[in-house]
Amino acid sequence: MDTETMAAETRAKRPIRWHVGVFLAPAVLVYTAFMILPLFGTLQLSLFRNIEQSQVFVGLGNFRTLFGDPNWSVNFWNALRNNVWFFVIHMLVQNPIGILLAALLSSPKLRFTAFYRTAIFVPTILSFVIVGFAWKLILSPIWGVAPHLMDFVGLKSFFTPWLGKEQYALTALSLVSVWQFVGIPMMLIYAALLSIPDEVIEAAECDGVTGMAQFWKIKLPLILPSIGIISILTFVGNFNAFDLIYTAQGALAGPNYSTDILGTFLYRAFFGFQLQVGDPNMGAAIATIMFLIILAGVCVYLFLVQTRLRRYQF
Amino acid sequence: MSTATHSLPRTIGAHAILITYTVIALFPVILVVMNSFKSRAGIFGAPLTPPTTKTFDLIGYTTVFGQGDFFHYFQNSLVVTVASLFFVLLFGAMAAFALSEYRFRGNTLMGLYLALGIMIPIRLGTVAILQLMVASGLVNTLTALILVYTAQGLPLAIFILSEFMKQVSNDLKNAGRIDGLSEYTIFFRLVLPLVRPAMATVAVFTMIPIWNDLWFPLILAPSEETKTVTLGAQLFLGQFVTNWNAILAALSLAILPVLILYVIFSRQLIRGITSGAVK
Repeated sequence: MDTETMAAETRAKRPIRWHVGVFLAPAVLVYTAFMILPLFGTLQLSLFRNIEQSQVFVGLGNFRTLFGDPNWSVNFWNALRNNVWFFVIHMLVQNPIGILLAALLSSPKLRFTAFYRTAIFVPTILSFVIVGFAWKLILSPIWGVAPHLMDFVGLKSFFTPWLGKEQYALTALSLVSVWQFVGIPMMLIYAALLSIPDEVIEAAECDGVTGMAQFWKIKLPLILPSIGIISILTFVGNFNAFDLIYTAQGALAGPNYSTDILGTFLYRAFFGFQLQVGDPNMGAAIATIMFLIILAGVCVYLFLVQTRLRRYQF
Repeated sequence: MSTATHSLPRTIGAHAILITYTVIALFPVILVVMNSFKSRAGIFGAPLTPPTTKTFDLIGYTTVFGQGDFFHYFQNSLVVTVASLFFVLLFGAMAAFALSEYRFRGNTLMGLYLALGIMIPIRLGTVAILQLMVASGLVNTLTALILVYTAQGLPLAIFILSEFMKQVSNDLKNAGRIDGLSEYTIFFRLVLPLVRPAMATVAVFTMIPIWNDLWFPLILAPSEETKTVTLGAQLFLGQFVTNWNAILAALSLAILPVLILYVIFSRQLIRGITSGAVK
């Protein structure tokens, strides 16, 4: 390639190119100082414990406490289980709805698509505080908007204060989160569907593949890489979630810890709550577990999904 | 496109589903804003009707403006968001230029290193970040937030911007070099103006999570002086649990600025997400 030889020549002529360093330095410095080093600092802290005002190396002791000591492990496994359920709901509800909406939006000659796109994306830009509180009000039996609406479709008898009941609260909050973020899979899949070249679709139509069959047999395989991306984005986002639960149910993730996820658990361990004092080392241990979970997810994505599903190059 | 793919019933069906979902997406927002303009009796008596002359009441807004120091919180949010955005864009563009323009040893490795942060959330480093901020005396300053948000925004900014910078014509840059322009001038005068649309996209992507973040303001800067609007709203809502007028007004005040910005920039945002795809 022309540019490569040219770059090679430049390199030969100018052995030290200070400007490359100048361009890179600020970003690399800030990123390293406030992201990478704290991340490793946290991993390191998880191996220490504060004994008599000094940090003592305890190896995997904190993790043993986290997994084995009933004071911690009950809450930890509960938070992990809840987090998995939180993720499962997103995968089963958010992503299929997102794909459906994207498929509809991308149908040719459909009018008002710009309006739909803009409107459906609105919840995504709102802060968790707004979303959490607004839904808390709507689902509140005091206000009565939810039972009132359900009355319209004759389902009033099914209404219960979902956020206040242990068996429903987590699912209800997961669905609120789905409501908020459905715009992201919708947009990414929409972009992927639009980038399928017309020739492919026309060829399918010539072969008589139209409508639903066309979606399942032609378009879906072509957007699989994007589905992989939205899955990993959902995974990382969910195992890192905190704000919505904190806003809607507080740091105690009530009722009775039924909505506790790793993010809220980390917050309580780190800062303490009620009678328990905060413990940075245990907080770091929880953050380390979250890091390992997310890293495992990203690795699965990179090595399994990404290598199998090569992007289609047109 | 052939006409076989869109018969009338299919189009109606598509519109029906999309309209239904649009209603679901907008209903809570409209409900909150609508009821914020009503009296207490109106809020509970007829929550689903728009305010009438009988139920119209601004009591919620007067409470909010009387109690919370929202103007100050708003200012804090604005300072943090604008400053972080500026640094993300400037540093991000510079690094993206270095990565996409020059071939040097470790280029790919550096790219991967900087891309790590796209997948690994900065929140996991919180414990050490707080220690760092305590050690450097930056707790309860807006600077702490700006530094953290800059680090948070950089990976994605560099990733997106370097994709775009690869598309800038080499002839143009080489013409500049022949005319004796320095690499810095080439970057600031030739390349930056050409990637302005990509910068706008990155700006929107960076801005939304910073403005809406609750975690770092809660941990790094919870003092009255440095509260951001998101944290302020959270605490205010916690205090006024039973004052529905005030809560609805506060929620509306938190929704409206974001919504207005979104309506102005939605075209840019959506073009950014679907970049390259929308022909």
